[in-house]
Amino acid sequence: MAHAAFMESPRDRELGAGVYNEKLGIWVFLGSEVMFFTALIGSYIILRFANPGAFAAPGEVLNIGLTAVNTFLLICSSVTMVKAFAAVHDGDQRQLKLYLVATVLMGAAFVGVQIYEYAHLLHDGFGPGGIREGSHLAERAAAGELSLGTPDPATAGIYGSTFFTMTGFHGFHVTMGVICMTYVTIKAFRGKYSATDHRGVEVIGLYWHFVDLVWIILFTIVYLI
Amino acid sequence: MATTAIPHEPVARTEHQELPFIRKYIFATDHKIIGIQFLIMSLLFLFVGGLLAMMIRWQLGFPETPMPGGTVLPETMAPGGILLPEFYNSLVTMHGTLMVFFAIMPLLVGVFGNYLIPLKIGAPDMAFPRLNMWSFWIAVPAGILMLAGFFVEGGHAAAGWTAYAPLSAKGEFSGVFAGQQLWLLSLAVLGLSSILGATNYITTIVNLRAPGMTWFRLPLSIWSLFITAILVLLAIPILSGAAIMLFFDQTIGTHFFDPTAGGQPLLWQHLFWYFGHPEVYILILPAMGMVSDIIANGSRKPLFGYHSMIYALIAIAFLGWIVWGHHMFQSGMNPTLGMGFMVTTMLIAVPSAIKVFNWMGTMWRGNIRFHVPMLHAVSFVAMFVIGGLSGIFMASTPVDIYIHDTYFIVAHIHYVLFGGSLFALFGAITFWYPKMFGRMMNVFWGRVHWFLTFVFFNLTFFPMHNLGVGGHMRRLYDPSEYEFLQPLAGTNRFITVSALLLFTVQIIFALNFVISLFKGKRAPENPWDDNGLEWTVPSPPPHGNFVTTPTVYRPPYEFSSPLVEEDHLPQDRDLGQKTDPASAPGTG
Amino acid sequence: MSWMLPPSASTFAGDIDFLYYLILVITGVAFVVVEVGLIWFIIKYRSRPGRKAYYTHGSVRAEFIWTAIPAVTVVAIGILSAPVWTHVKGRFSAPADALIYRVTAKQFEWNFTHPGLDGTLDTDDDFTIRNRLHVPVNRPVLVRLVSEDVIHSFFVPAFRVKQDVVPGLNTQVWFEATRTGEFELGCAELCGLGHYRMRAMVTVHDADDYERWLASRATTTALR
Ligand code: HEM
Ligand SMILES: [Cu+2]
Ligand SMILES: [Cu+2]
Repeated sequence: MAHAAFMESPRDRELGAGVYNEKLGIWVFLGSEVMFFTALIGSYIILRFANPGAFAAPGEVLNIGLTAVNTFLLICSSVTMVKAFAAVHDGDQRQLKLYLVATVLMGAAFVGVQIYEYAHLLHDGFGPGGIREGSHLAERAAAGELSLGTPDPATAGIYGSTFFTMTGFHGFHVTMGVICMTYVTIKAFRGKYSATDHRGVEVIGLYWHFVDLVWIILFTIVYLI
Repeated sequence: MATTAIPHEPVARTEHQELPFIRKYIFATDHKIIGIQFLIMSLLFLFVGGLLAMMIRWQLGFPETPMPGGTVLPETMAPGGILLPEFYNSLVTMHGTLMVFFAIMPLLVGVFGNYLIPLKIGAPDMAFPRLNMWSFWIAVPAGILMLAGFFVEGGHAAAGWTAYAPLSAKGEFSGVFAGQQLWLLSLAVLGLSSILGATNYITTIVNLRAPGMTWFRLPLSIWSLFITAILVLLAIPILSGAAIMLFFDQTIGTHFFDPTAGGQPLLWQHLFWYFGHPEVYILILPAMGMVSDIIANGSRKPLFGYHSMIYALIAIAFLGWIVWGHHMFQSGMNPTLGMGFMVTTMLIAVPSAIKVFNWMGTMWRGNIRFHVPMLHAVSFVAMFVIGGLSGIFMASTPVDIYIHDTYFIVAHIHYVLFGGSLFALFGAITFWYPKMFGRMMNVFWGRVHWFLTFVFFNLTFFPMHNLGVGGHMRRLYDPSEYEFLQPLAGTNRFITVSALLLFTVQIIFALNFVISLFKGKRAPENPWDDNGLEWTVPSPPPHGNFVTTPTVYRPPYEFSSPLVEEDHLPQDRDLGQKTDPASAPGTG
Repeated sequence: MSWMLPPSASTFAGDIDFLYYLILVITGVAFVVVEVGLIWFIIKYRSRPGRKAYYTHGSVRAEFIWTAIPAVTVVAIGILSAPVWTHVKGRFSAPADALIYRVTAKQFEWNFTHPGLDGTLDTDDDFTIRNRLHVPVNRPVLVRLVSEDVIHSFFVPAFRVKQDVVPGLNTQVWFEATRTGEFELGCAELCGLGHYRMRAMVTVHDADDYERWLASRATTTALR
């Protein structure tokens, strides 16, 4: 009967990899994300090696303290994500909701802090085009307070270009994650997840951990080195 | 329970009516409808891309002569019907861009990936039908953005489909501002669509195969689409990343590719070709796969060397990641690296050769039926060989010094992409048309179209090799500027006339396509006596495809098997396992 | 429509042309084998009533052969190409006694800085000419390539040289002309609106003539 065929959802016949479609799908998708960040980070590495003098020493332009706090926040959100998953796995709805909300909040806070950081940097004269001429930072550079060597700090735009593009795209990913996570959280409040079916939670969790991992790499190579 | 042998119409059709029009045809989640949506979109782009090519050819064949009908173009493009150089550069750029990204790629991947994968593996739909819908509806705005570029101030992108920086990075250099930005934005959006599609294909093929459909029972079309999806998944994000960086260079003042502020023009080329070479395989592997299906069918023989065909695909996909530098031999890249890239490029010709010989092996001692798809498939082999062989000239770095950036390259591209992919596509469209629309395309006009296309294709593109050998640079608005190109003017005119004819005879295909929708002979379930699972369901198949999940007993190409009277043995026919040696996984 | 390369005029052009013709012959043979094979199969194995195709899944031996032959062939082509490549484009391939010029490319012209009478670049007697390059015959010439804006490509078909000129990246190329005369130089990389007319002429003088030309050039410059 054709109706049966129509009703049969693809999900009913999962063989293959031994994982359900959504999980396989997100892993596959993350493969693509890896390549995306590889393009950005790879370009950064090449440009940095080519322009050693264009990058200020750690902490001179970027605020490591603030970002360290932010990094800590993101790592914590990964922990709460794990907790949320564990909770739904055990069928604990209350904890699930609690931890999801915590994750969403921390994710949103991360984005907020990043926006604050950007605003400050732009104000100081550090933008995607490099150090703005006549800005506070340019004065400091001229006074020799920054370890920027040759070429001229005002034209060595690569520092700002790579910084804003990489962290910006990471921030964009976090934002997307927060939006999706909010959706999952709403579903959780409607009781859509159970100990036996909680695909959404696991899938968003995988994405979240990935974004977290990328941040740890970025924090290291952009801020600390 | 209805069996797979029901004639079409009854239950399935009424079932369809239950969905409102908009869900069924516009925001459809049925992979078959989405495939057809992609088909319509990419055929339109194919037409537009072809139209641009005609303008390019007119300029090259008859410079300074007003183009017939050219006066409809605004003053900023072609005053008095004579193309301006800046518009010519946009034409060259957009011809390449539309053909690669909006015609061939969606035709192969968007159309046949969508249409064939679930049907051929015995699944009711894609793993993520809704995501599939998104993948189409993200491609549409990308196309609109791309077309919008023609109407903005400064004209459309004009830095070539390869968009080499810094020409593409700063408006002052090209006179193009918004056009280039729309171009980049469009590609980034299209990239998202492709990545979502690839995610879907991979998941579907891994997880949704019907019982018995082991990896080594998958038809080559599916294998090739699987490998293509992996390439799409991993290559497209590189382009997206690069396009975004270039977009930022244009808009928010970053300096990635700007040598005056620490950026590197060659970085763009490396990123572009690191994506670009896998991309050219994205543009050919599905064609190879579908041609394999059609040649086995036409020859009534199992595909020769099924396993090595798969390994060759895999080898191409792997090697495809380490040859990108062959596009940059003369770019100033370290010459020692060039040597390495020469070696890998030479090696990648080997699996291509294996495939060609195996297709010939399939035809050898066959019982060849020359249906229209087969005509196109054999033409694919004949033309792809030429493209592969011309690749060897360019792979030899010293020879490439001379022929790089000449019409030799243009000839190569078109032998692989038109002679290769597009012939395969004509074959594939004709082959699966009855399944898609429930009607057969007209055979007589199919043959006429094939013949004329084959002839005019070769008359158009073969002489381009000779232009290249004569030193004729590509992307040249007016070759008569150069004395040494004067003797080639006759060849250029000849090519232009052939190209115009080539374009014109495509009307036959368009008419055959449209008229057959309404007037074509009703298609039976299995018009080509094929073995694939898609031929066991009605034409067109109902939403959900299979009434009962099929079980697969054997590899896909059991033609002329001694086990049965007739010359084909469908994958799902149960002969009783004992008697069917081909049923054991791994044989074949 | 010819498969013959146009006349050449540099020392290594012969090597490049030889490789080209070698590949032309090899691919020509492959082309004929495949296309004739296809046509033959099409005719011989066309469907006839009552016949069934030969049921086979392949032959390891046949496949080995048609893997090995192309593999050996392309590797051989690679091996033959390598030394020519190194000779023409290798990092340190330019002969030490080469006369050095600088070419500054910009949209849409070539500016050739000649080394002047003393034969050394960056000395007072250097002079720059737009769209004209003068070189002596039978003397290696090294051209330093600089771009002021976008990528251009220095292409002299008769010398079989082509080298992209990339802003920010100092590329170079060398050649040694073997014939006197005038040769066209073109831009081979799309560089914008006027790309198609970014043309220049190379004049190859014999040694005495070159000296004379330089001397006359020196007086005209002095007069100015
Ligand atoms: C036998 C295998 C092949 C070899 C050895 C080969 C080699 C090459 C080389 C060396 C180039 C760069 C030439 C130059 O710019 O100087 C090139 C360009 C190109 N190839 Fe291939 N190729 C092969 C197959 C293919 C296939 C299967 C496709 C696509 C379906 C393809 C598409 C292209 C395109 C589009 C370009 C030109 C890109 C551009 O500059 O616009 N090639 N090929
Ligand atoms: Cu390539
Ligand atoms: Cu140019």
